Amino acid sequence: MATNNVVKKYTSRIIWSGILFGIGIAAFIDETVFHQLLHWHHFYDKSTKEIGLVSDGFFHAFSWFATIGGLFLFADLRRRQILQFKPWFGGIFLGIGMFQLYDGTIQHKLMRIHQIRYVENILMYDLIWNIIAVVLIILGLFLTVRSRNKAGG
Amino acid sequence: MENHHHIPAVSLFNQLILALPFILGVVLYVICVVYSNRTYKKWPISRLLFWFGGCFLAIITVLGPLAVRAHVHFPTHMIGHLFLGMLAPLLMVVAMPMTLLLRTLPVRYARLITKVLRSKIIGHLTNPIITGILNVGGLWIIYTTNLYILMHENILFHVVVHLHVFLAGYFFTISIIYLDPTIHRYSFAFRTIVFILALAGHGILSKYIYANPPNGVNGYEAEVGAMIMYYGGDLVDVILIVILFYQWYKATAPKPNAI
Repeated sequence: MATNNVVKKYTSRIIWSGILFGIGIAAFIDETVFHQLLHWHHFYDKSTKEIGLVSDGFFHAFSWFATIGGLFLFADLRRRQILQFKPWFGGIFLGIGMFQLYDGTIQHKLMRIHQIRYVENILMYDLIWNIIAVVLIILGLFLTVRSRNKAGG
Repeated sequence: MENHHHIPAVSLFNQLILALPFILGVVLYVICVVYSNRTYKKWPISRLLFWFGGCFLAIITVLGPLAVRAHVHFPTHMIGHLFLGMLAPLLMVVAMPMTLLLRTLPVRYARLITKVLRSKIIGHLTNPIITGILNVGGLWIIYTTNLYILMHENILFHVVVHLHVFLAGYFFTISIIYLDPTIHRYSFAFRTIVFILALAGHGILSKYIYANPPNGVNGYEAEVGAMIMYYGGDLVDVILIVILFYQWYKATAPKPNAI
């Protein structure tokens, strides 16, 4: 029989798998929808600060590893038969929300790598973008904290 | 010819020098397969095809119309770079040439080779930090200094840079995924972290090229080339990441009676 500690360890592994995969989903949506389909985001913005280029490079690289790594972790949870969907989805919401909040505040605004869309009334876009991010994080926290508490007994 | 910037066309001789090692590689690999198949169980056809594919991509990058066009057209140059420095090495590594060589050679020669594999130099050349720096650092030097122009004007630079791009790509690949016998081994986590850093360096350089075209390249060609580098690099590296994580996944399989 699994002890409380083991269950706790597994729950956090489930959450991490979700977070990594969520970061991957957010990066994928960002790239396909906003860069390639809508052409709202630009590949490069002349006002990008050097630190923005570095941050973008690391984030972009990391999100590939997160997507694939998150899915392999998912496969690992399944083969150990310890997968639970509630904390996993909680992790996904956390991952998407945190990526989007970092992208929407630090990368877009502070480092100015590019704007959400090149229009007059950018404030609306920024507000909606970041509010959705915060809502996702709260939802993710709600789901993960609840299943963690349950696991902790 | 659309030779801007007075770049001399790349000579056939120059092209052949670079293609020769890969043509030899194909011949030697086939000889080893045929010869060793007499003693051991059949070498998988898939590996033979991977080897052909890798050598083919390397050859068309350095010899023929793609090579000639790459000399004067930056986006084509970038496609060649992805072939020679990333995709060709990856396909060739998957073909496991060292394993094939070791089973083909008589034992005493095979022992000599494993002795070389144990050496300090090979140890350094399979350390991902060192191969990552040789690989991505080399690219930074090519595209942010005058080396890019020099390699188009001088045969020696041309040959050395192309060989470096291929070899750096090959050694980087074998330092990340272990398919052939690997003596000096590093943990999965360590290789993953170094790989993320290397991919980030590659992506940052792509965007840097987009904003700061290398000497001799016009702005539009630099932008297209940079995007080919950024997204093309991603595509090839996804294959490498999947292989790395699959090996990690298999290595951490729970023992049957552990649960």
